[in-house]
Amino acid sequence: MIAYLIRRILYAIPILIGVNLLTFALFFVVNTPDDMARMQLGIKRVTPDAIEKWKQQRGYDKPLLLNSAGSGTDKITDTIFWQKSASMFMLDFGYSDDGRSIGREIATRMGPSLAIALPTFLVGLVVYVSFALLMTLFRATALDMAGLALCVLLMSVSGLFYIIGGQFLVSKLWHLVPISGYSGGVDGFRFVVLPIIIGVIGGVGSGSRWYRTIFLEEIGKDYVRTARAKGLSELAMLFRHVLKNAMIPILTGVVVVIPLLFMGSLLTESFFGIPGLGSYTIDAINAQDFSVVRAMVFLGSLLYIVGLILTDISYTMVDPRVRLQ
Amino acid sequence: MGEILNVSGLVTKLRNGARIVDDISFSIRAGETYALLGESGCGKSMTALSLLRLLPDGVVHAGGEAQLDGVELFNLREREMRDVRGGTAAMIFQEPGLSLNPVMTVGEQIAEVLELHQDMGGAAVLQRCVELLVQVGIPDAARRVTEYPMQLSGGMKQRVMIAMALAGQPKLLIADEPTTALDVTIQAQVLQLLRDTQNETGMSLLLITHDLGVVAEMAHQVGVMYAGQIVEQSSRSQLLAKPLHPYTQKLFAALPSAARIGQPLAAIPGSVPPLGSITQGCRFAARCDKAWALCNEQAPQWTVVGEGQGVRCHLYSELAAGSLLSVAKSENLQGESDAASVGYPPQVSSYQLLQVENLRVHFPIRKGILQRVIGQVKAVDGVSLEIPQGRTLSLVGESGCGKTTLGKALLQLITSVADSMRFAGQDLIGANVRGQRAAMQMVFQDPYASLNPKMRVAEILEEGMVALNIENNSAERQAHIDRLLGQVGLARNSKWRYPHEFSGGQRQRIAIARALAVSPQLLICDEPTSALDVSVQAQILNLLKSLQQELNLSYLFITHNLAVVEYLAHEVCVMYLGRIVERGTAEEVLRSPKHPYTQALLSAVPRIDGKGVERIRLEGDMPSPANPPPGCYFAPRCAHAMDICRASYPPATKTTATHIVHCHLHGDGLH
Amino acid sequence: MSFMPVMLWSDVLVFLLLAAGIASAWYVRQREHLLLPWRRVAESATAMVSLLVVSLFLLVGLLDTLHYRVALPEKNGGVTVFSPEVLSVFDKLVTTLRTQTEKTYSAPLAVTLYAKESITDAQGRVLRDYPRLRYGGAHLTAAQQQDSDVLWRGLTGVLGGLLVGGLFVGVVGWAKRSLPKRGNGGHSCPPYTWRAVIIATLIIAALIGMTVNLAAAYHVLGTDKVGQDVLYLSLKSIRTGLIIGTVTTLVTLPLALLLGIAAGYLRGWVDDVIQYIYTVLSSIPSVLLIAAAVLMMQVTIDTHPQWFETSASRADLRLVFLCLILGVTSWTGLCRLLRGETLKLRELEYIQAAQSFGVSTLRILTRHIVPNVMHIVLISLVMDFSGLVLAEAVLSYVGVGVDPSMISFGTMINAARLEMGRDPMVWWALASAFGFMLVLVLSANLFADAVRDAFDPRLNCTEVVA
Repeated sequence: MIAYLIRRILYAIPILIGVNLLTFALFFVVNTPDDMARMQLGIKRVTPDAIEKWKQQRGYDKPLLLNSAGSGTDKITDTIFWQKSASMFMLDFGYSDDGRSIGREIATRMGPSLAIALPTFLVGLVVYVSFALLMTLFRATALDMAGLALCVLLMSVSGLFYIIGGQFLVSKLWHLVPISGYSGGVDGFRFVVLPIIIGVIGGVGSGSRWYRTIFLEEIGKDYVRTARAKGLSELAMLFRHVLKNAMIPILTGVVVVIPLLFMGSLLTESFFGIPGLGSYTIDAINAQDFSVVRAMVFLGSLLYIVGLILTDISYTMVDPRVRLQ
Repeated sequence: MGEILNVSGLVTKLRNGARIVDDISFSIRAGETYALLGESGCGKSMTALSLLRLLPDGVVHAGGEAQLDGVELFNLREREMRDVRGGTAAMIFQEPGLSLNPVMTVGEQIAEVLELHQDMGGAAVLQRCVELLVQVGIPDAARRVTEYPMQLSGGMKQRVMIAMALAGQPKLLIADEPTTALDVTIQAQVLQLLRDTQNETGMSLLLITHDLGVVAEMAHQVGVMYAGQIVEQSSRSQLLAKPLHPYTQKLFAALPSAARIGQPLAAIPGSVPPLGSITQGCRFAARCDKAWALCNEQAPQWTVVGEGQGVRCHLYSELAAGSLLSVAKSENLQGESDAASVGYPPQVSSYQLLQVENLRVHFPIRKGILQRVIGQVKAVDGVSLEIPQGRTLSLVGESGCGKTTLGKALLQLITSVADSMRFAGQDLIGANVRGQRAAMQMVFQDPYASLNPKMRVAEILEEGMVALNIENNSAERQAHIDRLLGQVGLARNSKWRYPHEFSGGQRQRIAIARALAVSPQLLICDEPTSALDVSVQAQILNLLKSLQQELNLSYLFITHNLAVVEYLAHEVCVMYLGRIVERGTAEEVLRSPKHPYTQALLSAVPRIDGKGVERIRLEGDMPSPANPPPGCYFAPRCAHAMDICRASYPPATKTTATHIVHCHLHGDGLH
Repeated sequence: MSFMPVMLWSDVLVFLLLAAGIASAWYVRQREHLLLPWRRVAESATAMVSLLVVSLFLLVGLLDTLHYRVALPEKNGGVTVFSPEVLSVFDKLVTTLRTQTEKTYSAPLAVTLYAKESITDAQGRVLRDYPRLRYGGAHLTAAQQQDSDVLWRGLTGVLGGLLVGGLFVGVVGWAKRSLPKRGNGGHSCPPYTWRAVIIATLIIAALIGMTVNLAAAYHVLGTDKVGQDVLYLSLKSIRTGLIIGTVTTLVTLPLALLLGIAAGYLRGWVDDVIQYIYTVLSSIPSVLLIAAAVLMMQVTIDTHPQWFETSASRADLRLVFLCLILGVTSWTGLCRLLRGETLKLRELEYIQAAQSFGVSTLRILTRHIVPNVMHIVLISLVMDFSGLVLAEAVLSYVGVGVDPSMISFGTMINAARLEMGRDPMVWWALASAFGFMLVLVLSANLFADAVRDAFDPRLNCTEVVA
């Protein structure tokens, strides 16, 4: 089992290298630094000097992959690839266009992101699973059908609507919580409660429906019939047998997103003015700050891969078939 | 003895109104075994599930009563019914592998029953779990109790299921095809366990099965089901001696066995109708050769023929009226009378069509961080065989012995290594495989998976001809397809239809036609009838036999069904754990088996004549081919094992010119 | 010629898809077993009603895809000069909606602007009042007549719509009854499905009738900041949403199908490479990957303005690229599914039978594997559609969606959101964008559910195994 995990971790390295190469190609090969400079400086008032200056300020004035002018290791290290892409493996993200350290920004902004994303995730999980269990318990009845119809309706509504509608109703009409803003500590509660509720509601449709499908698939299996033939009640069967077996597909979908919670949500954070990584990313996109976007892409895939490994570990906890292989 | 279960007029319907269990009545006395016998789709499992009120969604109980130990089951509230399930009546199922919860330990699953029905708790539960496992013959029970189902073999899982059922101390155990998914030696173990338990506890057993042999071995009373109804009911001895209903008679006549070599089996034409499809007349009328007009118009009533014996057939309701006495008298088990037309054995030829020496198929086992190869699964380990032209070589063995792998390796569907491999005098190793493709073809086990559902029959049959450039143009190919369909007994217009429109037996005919399309000389049949009902199996076996005579085909017939072997094979190879342990002519191997494994295998087959050979019980399961035991692979399970057996693999010993056995008992050292 | 047909890139792709759709429908019609699951879809009332709604959206989208440029009256040295503005047949049909723009915001069915302005009246006095609209309710002499006029027009519209709808239903019903049935076509929808479809048709016809009649004189859904009719904007957004939802599949489908079955069937190093590629792609959070790719595309477009003749073609190319990017980021899920299914299929006996005939790998893939995974492809296509329509709105909001000059649900929401802070709130643009999106996505979801139920072999185990 340890060998299995080590193998999974080793497999992550070529994936990260792939991500790195892909982002490098996307940011520096599809468009040359000259193009970016021209675009940033405005098409009209570009002079070769201005472009050179722009590139120099940002360290884009080096060769892409191989510096033939350099000597020794400089041939490789004194290049855009090495300094902008490979350095990310050391979690060195460089500086944003306004000169701030991206690494430090990430560290300070993770907190607020997590303050929204983690409760949303946990409350959501509990709500969706409970709702799905309820529908499963009353499967093929009017209650189940109504629940399912509600799910389809809820998942057909744009996520933007939940946010805009929620803000309008709760903050503007009822004045229950501030429209947007953030502060740390206990006081921050009033800022995060609405985004969390909206986040949970936004996912009820697809979430509950997904869990319901999983539960129904398990219910059709033979061991459930055995459990019934033993004289177990429907509830005991659902909780003791079905839920336990359903953990395997559930974990596949759930554990992988846990690390990504650090990244926050683009929409929620920007609408509610939460100073997290999501709004950081959106601001960077709008300001066309490529260094930040690049850093976030790398961080995102790093966290995703951590999620994959965590998923593998979680399997070993719930599934004896994996544990004992 | 009182009656434990009394069912009367049980009706179960689909939501759309189709009656899938139609007016079933029977009763079981305490300590007795009642067998419900029937082919797939006759509603026997639904009957059992109806009794425990465990019907799947979309199926509803629609009438009838059932008293279990004096309690009317269908009047109970759901909560009270839960006390019955697992308490008074327990149930075990066909697939022990799927019927146990994979993420709970064996102990936890048994403990559930103890807590529910025996009001046990704390340490006593674990103690009792271990006791139960010991009772069902699981070795090392104290350790097994903490293991998960995946760590147990199939036979062990069924034992655990039985232990779980016994935990509630039931008065009635319902066993739904309890041994169908198991190998024949394991089946013998499990049936023995059921009998022993019954003797100890005095519980009754409702045994649901399609296997006449199991019925002959287990049942006191038998109900024969067809299309949702019980068509005949009697004691075992009466049923075996003199079956009354034409269907039952046909079932017996359709069984292949050595006694019927050289004559076609009495196949029942057509196949079991879908549940609820027949609403008028006798449900068997369409397939019955004794049916007359009345049978199609009016459903026959239940006729009591004698003490505890009854039948649902117009022949006997007339008989009761005293008019058609002679009909029943003239019945005999042989059924069809056209036996004489195809009765001769194929010409004996010494020409070896296929000769294989030392064929090996090894799969690497990879492990560790770098996935290094740390060992080999020797699925087929040094097999040598010859198949003469126009003859049938039968390859017998239990699941996991490598017989299917061997078949696929011969077809080069799996890469293999061999010292030599000659087909019709040509060396196959390193030769152009494509040229030889046509000469060998395969008929697969599962008629539902062996035809592409998205292709018409004509396209299926044409595929091989196109790939191998047989027949020059489309018109010739179409003519050939028409010929093939005729050969396998299908209507010519079936070629524009899709596989889903055919029944299992018809699909197997299409699969045979597909193989024949490229005019092969050798047909590898991989359990071609194991997914089919007995009545349909007979059709396919008859077809294979007549094709052999017509086309002088050779067959490599892979099967675990020894009755089929007796009927069809000229020569037999017995395989155990990737190696052939005994080979010879059918007569030699089946009548005077030399290897203890062959002997055990033969004795484990339940026989309907009741005069089976002396029983040899095999302990344990087949070891994993990844890690075979030292010496003779069979030694750990062999009653005659000696020291030398655990030290070295026995060499081949010739007992006659054609009979070879790998066993130290017959080795030179002893003679 | 007074106009010149214009083929934008997205138009080409839409017509390609349309042709593929018609071809496969024809192919399926020829084959009874392929028709079977569609029959099950046709039996579901929800499926047929939602299909009706989706087809109306499709009709609008298709009309909006036939583009042309009008010739300008003045000629340049004998050569006809065409207007730089690219119009569509749909634009032509709703010319009044398109051209009758007000000054700024007005509420639905209003006759005045939303905010007071200084007006100079006939006497030359300057008043603060709600100025009358240029077009909305311009036929009324006094604003007080508005209520009764709206009611009257609405009612006549409903009646007209019902009349047309009833006529349509009657003609279709008559045609179905009198035309001889093809082959064994005795199998038609159950009566309750027909009833549902007829009722839905009448309701929709009434709604359309009402809207058309009202729209002739009013801005039914109000106007936006620059005075454009919100109904027009909403209808124009449909094409953008549909293109995102469908053209994307042109990218995902070949990639996922080709790589998925290749990985599953060939295994070995091919499988390793393909798995590596899709793990890398799916490990990047899709919004970020899309954002990065769109940013890069924007740089390319902005630095090469000479590539584009009209602003429409620039916006259009951006839309096509957005589809491309969405496709590249979203094929991995389907690919994984297809790989898994192919792994299962390749062990099936009919594949082995084909192998034992020496049938070539390519032929096995096309004849055996592809037809047997098509149901997965179809299910995933219809299920993805609504997700993509919703994604467009989010991406456009984030700023990495369609060109800001292109009318879409996302750009509508983005523009309207800024007016959230106004008091009283300008709600109608948001409401109609969300409303139209909800109707489209909901009916697509319902239809997709029915398709999945009919095609998924695991879900239609109607036969009871005894």
